[in-house]
Amino acid sequence: MAVAEFRVDSYKFVPRNWRAGMESAPMKTDTTVWTGMTTPLPEATIALLTTAGLYLPASQESYDLDRERREPTWGDPTYRVVPRGARQAEMAFAHLHINTRDHYQDFNIALPLDRFAEFEAEGRIGRLADEHYSVMGYRSDDGAGWRQDTLPAITRRLKQARVDALVLAPA
Amino acid sequence: MSVLARFVEEAGIPTVVVTMMPDAARRWRAPRVVGVEFPFGHAFGMPGDAAMQRSVAEHALRALAEATAPEYRLDVPIEWPVDTKTAYRDWQPLVASPGVAMLKKRGKDAVARAAATGEVDEPAS
Repeated sequence: MAVAEFRVDSYKFVPRNWRAGMESAPMKTDTTVWTGMTTPLPEATIALLTTAGLYLPASQESYDLDRERREPTWGDPTYRVVPRGARQAEMAFAHLHINTRDHYQDFNIALPLDRFAEFEAEGRIGRLADEHYSVMGYRSDDGAGWRQDTLPAITRRLKQARVDALVLAPA
Repeated sequence: MSVLARFVEEAGIPTVVVTMMPDAARRWRAPRVVGVEFPFGHAFGMPGDAAMQRSVAEHALRALAEATAPEYRLDVPIEWPVDTKTAYRDWQPLVASPGVAMLKKRGKDAVARAAATGEVDEPAS
């Protein structure tokens, strides 16, 4: 018996009038980009990135939400480094576009360090990287602010750490 | 979000985007996409539900292992265990974001139009 393939509805949890506009909106780019995996997963170093506005208040500044309140189309383009051993009690989340209540309960919903540490222990990946990354995902400039400093810096760090693949998740 | 993935991929590091809005990732032609039918903020699932988070994370590994060409997409067949109306309310901030508050003043469909054009990326895609 054939099982119907599950197809995610991108618009299930957003206002109903988003669907028509977004489905008919033009593509953001004409080109594809591709880098093939060259290292098998059981030997690969994996890093994670979240856009949940995660930061570590003891050692890091929050994201600049005050400026966003003054300039509603501006979003803080800076990034924070999250060490793999960071724990729940050390974390805070600065994001005006989502309710972060669940993130204060379990950061793994946005940055699943514990799940990937399990994969490492089981030998399914070679290594969970020592550092991971957070940005605050609200942008209205198609990422132009990120391209300036944040993306070159994260990419440099990924290369220095010999990361074989990056898992990104929007908030 | 997908713009981040494209930049890193262009720099020579493979990426996979785990997203509740695969349609936005499609428009950016992201290299590898894992789709989840979850509310914003919850790419890997429910808080405290390690099994659900693990299943999503496993799909990300599978995408890295098996994709051989750009615009690869794999959807996670998990239904959000909270009714849609409650989940719709729960992911949203208690106070409307500055961008949404600004757009609402412009009229009923302004937020949707802005989301479609990318004028306001609401929320992160």
